[in-house]
Amino acid sequence: MTITEDNPTAESSQAEVGRARRRKEDQRLITGRTRWTDNVTLPGMLHIAMVRSPFAHARVTAINTNEAKAARNVVAVLTGADLKDVQGANANAWPISADQVTPTHLPMVVDHVACAGEIVACVVARSAAEARDAAELVDVDYEELPAVLDMKEALKDEVLAHPDLGTNKSAFWQLDSKEGGTGDDVDAAIEAARTDGVVIEREYRQQRLIPAFMEPRSVVVDPTGEQITMWSATQIPHILRFLLAATTGVSESKIRVIAPDVGGGFGGKLQTTPEEFIAFAAARQLGKPVKYTETRSESLLSGHHGRDQWQKLTLSATKDGTVTGLKVELLADLGAYVALVGGGVPVLGAWMFNSIYKFPAYRFNVQTILTNKTWVDAYRGAGRPEATFGIERMMDELAAELGLDPLELREKNWIKHEEFPFTTVAGMTYDSGNYEAATARARELFDYEGLRAEQQRRRASNDPVQLGIGVSTFTEMCGLAPSRVLGSLSYGAGGWEHANIRMLPTGKVEVVTGTSPHGQGHETAWSQIVADRLGVPFEDVEVLHGDTQISHKGLDTYGSRSLVVGGEALVLAADKVIEKAKVVAAHLLEASADDLEFTGGRFGVKGTDQGLGIAEIALASFAAHNLPDGVEPGLDSDATYDPVSFSFPHGTHLCAMEVDTETGATKMRSYVCVDDIGVVVNPLIAEGQVHGGLVQGIAQALWEGAEYDENGTLVTGSFVDYTLPTAADTISFVTDRTESPSTTNTLGTKGVGEAGTIASTPAVVNAIVDALRPMGVHDVPMPCTPERVWRAIQSGGSTRQVESSGDAQPHFDPAAPNQDTPETEGGAQ
Amino acid sequence: MTRITVNVDGVEYSDDVEPRTLLVHYLRETLGKTGTVVGCDTSNCGACTVHLDGRSVKSCNVLAVQADGHEVTTIEGLAETAGSDGKLHPMQVAFHEAHGLQCGYCTPGMIMQACDLLKENPDPSEQEIREGLEGNLCRCTGYHNIVKAVQQAAAAMATDQPEPAREEVAS
Repeated sequence: MTITEDNPTAESSQAEVGRARRRKEDQRLITGRTRWTDNVTLPGMLHIAMVRSPFAHARVTAINTNEAKAARNVVAVLTGADLKDVQGANANAWPISADQVTPTHLPMVVDHVACAGEIVACVVARSAAEARDAAELVDVDYEELPAVLDMKEALKDEVLAHPDLGTNKSAFWQLDSKEGGTGDDVDAAIEAARTDGVVIEREYRQQRLIPAFMEPRSVVVDPTGEQITMWSATQIPHILRFLLAATTGVSESKIRVIAPDVGGGFGGKLQTTPEEFIAFAAARQLGKPVKYTETRSESLLSGHHGRDQWQKLTLSATKDGTVTGLKVELLADLGAYVALVGGGVPVLGAWMFNSIYKFPAYRFNVQTILTNKTWVDAYRGAGRPEATFGIERMMDELAAELGLDPLELREKNWIKHEEFPFTTVAGMTYDSGNYEAATARARELFDYEGLRAEQQRRRASNDPVQLGIGVSTFTEMCGLAPSRVLGSLSYGAGGWEHANIRMLPTGKVEVVTGTSPHGQGHETAWSQIVADRLGVPFEDVEVLHGDTQISHKGLDTYGSRSLVVGGEALVLAADKVIEKAKVVAAHLLEASADDLEFTGGRFGVKGTDQGLGIAEIALASFAAHNLPDGVEPGLDSDATYDPVSFSFPHGTHLCAMEVDTETGATKMRSYVCVDDIGVVVNPLIAEGQVHGGLVQGIAQALWEGAEYDENGTLVTGSFVDYTLPTAADTISFVTDRTESPSTTNTLGTKGVGEAGTIASTPAVVNAIVDALRPMGVHDVPMPCTPERVWRAIQSGGSTRQVESSGDAQPHFDPAAPNQDTPETEGGAQ
Repeated sequence: MTRITVNVDGVEYSDDVEPRTLLVHYLRETLGKTGTVVGCDTSNCGACTVHLDGRSVKSCNVLAVQADGHEVTTIEGLAETAGSDGKLHPMQVAFHEAHGLQCGYCTPGMIMQACDLLKENPDPSEQEIREGLEGNLCRCTGYHNIVKAVQQAAAAMATDQPEPAREEVAS
């Protein structure tokens, strides 16, 4: 043991937080040395193929498995009858009302099929190909039942998705500013505006989307050890382990879940799936390791879908453009089951429809509905993109109605930067933000005035290619979530996150996190945070995650929570390490702990050049030869952080779209976004998150939509038909940031994973509508395909043909629920 | 079963395969070359892209028997082909430097396709890069940094001594 002098290198004295570190994760990913679940191979492993219902609604009357069982190398054919007592269930963790109607979701159907793609049997064979061949031989007799596919039809309860439940209505949930004491009566505000103000009423369709992560889901289960080990392509190994135990009766201590390299999720792997539970049951039944890997077609059909809402919106304002009230009435299609957080997803929008604005009165109603389609759950943004779309489209409509510039109208209504912290009409307290700064920067980068001038020129010259400018000034709530808030919403878990820091005797540091990254770069960013806090080299930090045996405690990765919640747990754990080390350092340095200061990884005695590095203290503490009385050996520390509040990233997104009025073709000319995501740990990673988010949001606006035919068959069931954007469809973006640190956590971070997706969809649609407004168009339903744009132009806003809402300013009939005809749903007419 | 002999990443393999076996499954399951992955079942996503005699192919769209007597380079063999010390190929370096990957699932295919693109057109415009990668889907990056990575790789490879890559020798 030598007492050293402080001599940090120039490199290590630079703060890690804020550096564009290249990612640690990359080396294995760019060289193909990866551990995807489907790469896992175990001795004697068997392969599962699923037999899925082709019908949307049916009763299984008989299953003949004889031929399949006799096929070459088939080990077993399992049906619902075989598994019904051991398979567990796919749970709903968030009942949004006390009387929510929640159909039991069995992994393998026992007799009732509620959507196409449900699993009715599985074949277990020695190879995947043999399993799939034999699955074709399973003979299932179905009694087809009438299917309810349209959510407005479902509301009538004439055809039931689950006949035994007696209704398709799952739950109703409301937030009302008058009742909650956070604002005025919205009905009074609207009535007042009808006489001497402006009332905008619109109905928008949030089409159904498919998360379409690139790695198809895969699960391997090994029942041969003392613990049953499951590898799964999941975002939520901890929640999966809990629900496997809770619903199958297997002791939680006998289950280990590993999420190895996971290839994207976007909410789509925030689920416990029938496939996982069936593999778990099959492995236990057969006593052999099993693997199931879905095909892309299976993934699109039976991985959960996202969005799928009708939004009926009423915005009231004074004639100068000051908004006086917003009323939101949502219908949300949950599909066949209330998935893990399915019913709660639209509810997350309740606090976001009022967005960055100071609305005095607000009401949010949502009715969730069951249909015979694939279940719906979180998809990037989860409730917040839908809300942002609704309000940002409405603000543009109001601006158009009043002849105001859409940015000017927004500024008139938004919270000024000096007004933070600000409690909104929905009852959320926004801690920080600066909408003026982000907007000013975005305008400048975009050349807003220049593009408006060009738009005028094109309009004046009747250019067949018109230019539209779309605005989206968004905010979102990140950092799910304060456990008390979740408790008050009847959510089935807390929202804390856990971290463990292990100080190894060689001076290296292992960081165990309860977050479960699948592309977000936590190994890099977490290393940066810990390196800064402990004053150790970035390279010396190893981040471990995604295995419940290593990371025994955690709530995983979704909802832009990992950094804001998990990052704070790292800070707390690191601070505990420092506290422990300080006692040892004081002892070894023969100084009072009060005389020590910790900087750059070294405890120095104030006013002297004496000190000890944290690595030396770690070694001394490991050896434990000379510790103060009563001090435990080792510096390892755990911390669990429960956030006190949400965080509220925001930004201004501006999009320029060229619209060919002769063909309906659209072309993105430029896209500028300036986001305020608080303090940034790694700008390279943050920017990457924004890029990817933007394209997913843009894809909703322009290309993607899960479409069913009248029989309930998913017609966009492959990558031929579900049209993900390619490199050739997209452009390079201009991104920049402003920074107002969050005041509710120590790092000042806000979350970035969903920002791009939340903001971009309305920016694009607003741009297309802006281009076509002189032609009488004030809406184009998403995705805004050339055909729909062309039809909108042809109708000139004068027919309801392509409209998802009525003509200019029809007032909603308060007696009717959502009165549009169901034919307007889905594909182009 | 059919006997095939294939040179994969510089090593000769001889195996009996079912005639219906796809090249990608042969690589993954028989040879353990799991760096090459499957992302779809309609040849849209390009995650399984490898080089067959120096040209990019989607290995889900080639039967293993069609590779008999040919040379295959996968992402796992790319680094070695760029130099005898096993250092990374400039395209791999560029993807790392430009943050051209997030979850990394599309990355092997994307890198293999990008190499092929530059082989055909060493100095592509942004639009040419975008069109050249059209057959490879990525859900994470929005393509922004992938395009940047290919631009950086093109610049790096233009100033470097041209490497005698194995595929060029073979073709």
